[in-house]
Amino acid sequence: MPIVLKRIFRASWKSFLREGGSAAANIFILVMAISAITSLLLFKNVSNFLIEAIQEKVDVSVYFKYETAEEDILKIKDEIAAIPEVKAVEYVSKDKALTDFTARHQDEPVLMESVEEVGINPFLASLNVKAFTANQYEAVSNFLNNTKYSDVIEKVDYHQRKPIIDRIYNLTSNLNKAGIVFSIILVIVAFLVAFNTIRLAIYNSREEIKIQRLVGASNWFVRGPFLMQGIISGFFATLICLVLFALICWGLDSKVAYLFPDLSIFKFFVSSFWLILLIQIASAVIISTLSSLIATRRYLRV
Amino acid sequence: MIKFQNITKTYKPNIKALDDVTFEVQAKEFVCLVGRSGAGKTTLLKLLMAEECPTSGRVFFKNQDVNKIKQQELPLLRRKIGAIFQDYRLLPFKTVFENIAYALEVIGASDVEIKRDVADVLTIVGLSNRANNFPAQLSGGEKQRVAIARALIHRPEVILADEPTGNLDPYHTSDIIKLLLKINEFGTTVILATHNKEIINSLGKRVITLEAGKLIRDEEKGRFVI
Repeated sequence: MPIVLKRIFRASWKSFLREGGSAAANIFILVMAISAITSLLLFKNVSNFLIEAIQEKVDVSVYFKYETAEEDILKIKDEIAAIPEVKAVEYVSKDKALTDFTARHQDEPVLMESVEEVGINPFLASLNVKAFTANQYEAVSNFLNNTKYSDVIEKVDYHQRKPIIDRIYNLTSNLNKAGIVFSIILVIVAFLVAFNTIRLAIYNSREEIKIQRLVGASNWFVRGPFLMQGIISGFFATLICLVLFALICWGLDSKVAYLFPDLSIFKFFVSSFWLILLIQIASAVIISTLSSLIATRRYLRV
Repeated sequence: MIKFQNITKTYKPNIKALDDVTFEVQAKEFVCLVGRSGAGKTTLLKLLMAEECPTSGRVFFKNQDVNKIKQQELPLLRRKIGAIFQDYRLLPFKTVFENIAYALEVIGASDVEIKRDVADVLTIVGLSNRANNFPAQLSGGEKQRVAIARALIHRPEVILADEPTGNLDPYHTSDIIKLLLKINEFGTTVILATHNKEIINSLGKRVITLEAGKLIRDEEKGRFVI
């Protein structure tokens, strides 16, 4: 067995070098295919970031009656925090609400004078509740409306924000669905293009395959070099792709950071290097070996 | 050893290449297949290699029905046969050395054996200086000699030679025929398909004559008569 493997590897390496044009075409197509797959990974990262950024801006506020004691509110806070759908709960005291309001509207004298005229702090203490996903706010709102503490709750502003929350939920879920459909289509297209290129290269070798069979070669002895050549092409395609994407991510990093300061695609590339390498090498090897396997099958029937 | 039993081969749409051909070849025999182009000589050899299936009839090699051999077991049959094809059938991206070595590689010969045997057979066919050339860099005669070397190298039980001298000059033709005779003397069965009258008449071996797919003559020590 080792001698057969050695011969298969030697034969494939020689063919790879001798059939340079065909090998280069295969590598080029594989680079295209795995670039498409890597782009999807990067696109997924960017879209996740954007979806999270949008969802971050959504919350539901629970306002408490003026006379509610702070310790009662903190007790309710703990209870809300225990709901599985809840990601975070922030307590905003009456004083903090006033301070925030003052900071936000200090350049608007009319508003500031109106507050002073009331004589007391007119703001209610509140809890800002964030759920993990936009579609979970309904459950949080239902819990708050039906809690034993409903007599101390002044209002839950979910219904006022419901249309915007629903819109965000629809947008993000549509974005996700579109991403999945787009990914599947792109992967299929990439696979078909690579498959057809490799199939054409093997079609050109059909006479060679026939001769090998007639000389007494087993199916695997004939097929082996084609599979191995696929692996070698996949290896080179991965190397090219890695360098290409490192340069692209590095070049685009500052431009993306200008639009989204918290997003660094180069940092993502570096931190996910091994995952990207694994995805690229696996997709290149799977595409090329599977294509070779399918394409050689029909010519081996001699 | 080899038995063609009522073989008929029809190609689409309705071309009869062989018509109810029956004959046997004994082990260590030297048999010449003669006939005009299109008489069915090559088809017979292809049927023995299981490269094609007969429309009707059966082909036996050592009592084994060739067409009942499973696809994955066909290499075992073919390793017992050395075939010299009319159109050479060399591997275009392998050198002369690699083309000949391939027949040894498939049977699992060691690198040392391959190196030694290929060098020997290259000397026999006079191509030692062409070992590193590719088929495209060879003349027709040289390609033919590479094909012969590849057919001989693994010491098969049978050699099927389909017009092996078709592209050779008289000097090399005589050498190759002598070589086939020598191999036969050592116990290898040889089936030689040719329409070279001089070769047949000089050999004095069994001659099977085909005409339009029919076996019309089978003579011990026959002559070329069409």
